[in-house]
Amino acid sequence: MPKVTVDGQEIEVPDGATVLQACELAGKEIPRFCYHERLSIAGNCRMCLVEVKPGPPKPQASCALPATEGQEIRTDSQMVKTAREGVMEFLLINHPLDCPICDQGGECDLQDQAVAYGRGGSRYHENKRAVTEKYMGPLIKTIMTRCIHCTRCVRFSEEVAGVDEIGALYRGEDMQITTYLEQAAQHELSANVIDLCPVGALTSRPYAFEARPWELKKTLSIDVSDAVGANIRLDSRGREVMRALPRINDDVNEEWLSDKGRYMVDGLTRRRLDKVWIRKRGKLQQATWEEAFKAIARAKPGKSIAAIAGDLVDCETMFAARKLLGAMGSGLLEGRQTGMDYPADNLAAMAFNSTFAGIETADAILIVGSQVRHEAALVNVRLRKAARRGAKVFVVGPQWETTYPAEFLGEDVSVLGNLPAEVAEVFDKAERPAVIVGAGGLAAGAFEPALALAQGWSREGWNGFNVLHTAAARMGGLMLGYAQKGGMAEVAKAEPKVVLALGADEVDWSAFDKSLKVYIGHHGDKGAHAADIILPGATYAEKDGTYVNTEGRVQFAEKAVFAPGDAREDWTILRALADALGVEVGFDSFAELQSAMIAEVPALGVEGLADLGPLPKAAKGGKGKGGTISYPVADFYLTNPIARASAVMQRCSAELARGEEILEAAE
Amino acid sequence: MADRTPAPDTPELRERWGSFEFTADYKAKADKAIARYPEGRQRSAVMPLLDLAQRQVGEETDTQGWLPLPVIEYVARYLDMPVIRVLEVATFYFMYNLKPVGKYHVQVCGTTPCMLRGSDGLFETCKKRGMKKGAVSEDGLWTLTEVECMGNCATAPMVQINDDNYEDLTPERLDTILDALARGEQPKTGTQEPGRHTSEPLGGPTTLKEMVEANHDYRGEW
Ligand code: SF4
Ligand code: FES
Ligand code: FES
Repeated sequence: MPKVTVDGQEIEVPDGATVLQACELAGKEIPRFCYHERLSIAGNCRMCLVEVKPGPPKPQASCALPATEGQEIRTDSQMVKTAREGVMEFLLINHPLDCPICDQGGECDLQDQAVAYGRGGSRYHENKRAVTEKYMGPLIKTIMTRCIHCTRCVRFSEEVAGVDEIGALYRGEDMQITTYLEQAAQHELSANVIDLCPVGALTSRPYAFEARPWELKKTLSIDVSDAVGANIRLDSRGREVMRALPRINDDVNEEWLSDKGRYMVDGLTRRRLDKVWIRKRGKLQQATWEEAFKAIARAKPGKSIAAIAGDLVDCETMFAARKLLGAMGSGLLEGRQTGMDYPADNLAAMAFNSTFAGIETADAILIVGSQVRHEAALVNVRLRKAARRGAKVFVVGPQWETTYPAEFLGEDVSVLGNLPAEVAEVFDKAERPAVIVGAGGLAAGAFEPALALAQGWSREGWNGFNVLHTAAARMGGLMLGYAQKGGMAEVAKAEPKVVLALGADEVDWSAFDKSLKVYIGHHGDKGAHAADIILPGATYAEKDGTYVNTEGRVQFAEKAVFAPGDAREDWTILRALADALGVEVGFDSFAELQSAMIAEVPALGVEGLADLGPLPKAAKGGKGKGGTISYPVADFYLTNPIARASAVMQRCSAELARGEEILEAAE
Repeated sequence: MADRTPAPDTPELRERWGSFEFTADYKAKADKAIARYPEGRQRSAVMPLLDLAQRQVGEETDTQGWLPLPVIEYVARYLDMPVIRVLEVATFYFMYNLKPVGKYHVQVCGTTPCMLRGSDGLFETCKKRGMKKGAVSEDGLWTLTEVECMGNCATAPMVQINDDNYEDLTPERLDTILDALARGEQPKTGTQEPGRHTSEPLGGPTTLKEMVEANHDYRGEW
């Protein structure tokens, strides 16, 4: 631990720290453009210059200089001030200074640092260079004249995303950032370069010229597009969510967000259910809440009522429905819409036990039935990190393009029962072997054999058994008992008189012909098309709610905007329905609902990883089972009703997933 | 500066170069270049491979050679690396031609020492023969490029043509060289100054004179 002095203040810094990090530890702000905590060091912007003794009598780039014992660092000397002013002046020589028409304005590093460290005027009178726009796909808008060549975007795609497609062509003054032949950026995390770009060179195409950062209300929320539970911030203006941005949470999403989580938000205002509808003579017709509730009461469900939770619902909604059903005397709850029926009595066996941060340290990883890039893009980032640290990765399931070296072991689950000797040896020797079972694996019956394998490879102080779900609501649902032995088939067999579909859009409704199907949800998607009665509900952006990610991490999202039209927060609908059905559910406000939920499932009351208890013993004889794996996600961009309603996601699907040529609208 | 953008990606370009592959000869050379680096570091050989590819294209087209996009993609595949990384290298170094060039790529140095010693005259000479900067002459023989210092300032002005340097030039001397090349002959390379061998001082040494005959220890004289 070297000791250094920063502006006269002596501090100890961790081994391997850079001078820049030392300055930060001492509470000094160091301006920077190219340096980024999560990317490799480039040292090419020169904005981070400081004075360091011993060393040459000139300012040094602190981001690329290791802190060593006895260094005297000055961040406040005249030399540093002049150096920063000089660098800034050079950076601005070729920068267009078009802030008034730039979307980065108000949240631009260059703007902020020019104000804080610049000299207030330029002495440059020559012509500025200009660079032509580069097409980078439907999400990223480029104004390359603004680029300051920090190469953050290049390093992100190479190092984090693992899809090497952005590069710096030409040299010197002619240097230009582009993708090969201006092809669209082709991966699930592409839009993160927009956040990384310290200037307005890469900005958000769908959000172009929509709003200024200071007009936006910022709400802390949780991404529901997959089961990762990325921490996001919803920026809204009036009743509209303008954009979603990642928040930093090292345990979950670090500071990235998948393109879907980021860009499906325009779907929040399209194809919305904002009126009550009742199906009369086969046609859906507008109705009032009262008529709808009466119609449901007329069905006299009694005990014969079921609730099916969709992929995006929060725990409170599921709990309210569970209370309602309980009051009616039914326990027919199910959330695994597509019919999976893995055992759900032990929650530890259903969670991503290694945790996302932990999986980075695994040294042998067996993925069973998961197209991780599509099902949990942010977990794939972690797997890539593990692989870069030397982990060996094996996959059981159909081939997909991994972003790290991986060996495919076949598509059939039976291979788990007799792994090739070399593969088994890797795991036997590994210090932290991990198994990841995806939704495709669960559906093909890989749960038992995978659990047996993980138990064979158990290590002290390391839990290597992981289930990677695809739905944001899944873990919460399982904690709230939304799982029947036998799954959806069992619910159908019970022939409930009334089925409450809580945003359930992936169900095969043909099995429920005789039931009165009440859809409580927000989008006119598959569930609403099949419904007999539609009660308009709220999306994740329009209600407070608790979500549990696939690790078993309990997280809380806040309401950003109001639901449109007659739509209501889901719990209020269920509360009113209880009145209509003449039963008591025991809560009249959201706070009461929440405390009732926490009283019954205490884990939901504490933000953070829930303690799910020990893993169960794997059943004997599960090993030999076989089944061919197929992946549940056919199209990464269209996995949920919000995304399917989103014009941006539709376009991504057409252009990136299906490779259609999209003609640029004349701008 | 010359236009350094790659030749446009047209169907004709794909048609002509899409099936490019190293000949056995070039393949052997390429593999030798790769073998210089540790296993798994084959990417390090990207520069020699681009050069080899350019030379093979040159042989096939009877020019100095250049790098069509499909050839760049071939090199990327050969080295199992992302094509954007290869294109970065190809666009960075001036010695890789991104557009077709003539049989002789005449690169005239225009940097200060050469300019003071008369490079303007060399450009004139070239232009008189129908060469234009950045374009292939009508007969397909010449491409003229102005370049920065080639490190031959002591024998300035100089011109680099394909793999050879011609130094101590005057317009007449350059004309003689170009005539010879046009006839398919190989002129003498290096300095064109009669009596000069390489870049030794003209008219005999002016410093370290004692060194001419034998090694001399100057240290006692400091
Ligand atoms: S586009 Fe942005 S992130 Fe990429 S090099 Fe330029 S300034 Fe940096
Ligand atoms: S931050 Fe140090 S050189 Fe860019
Ligand atoms: S200036 Fe022409 S070779 Fe140096």
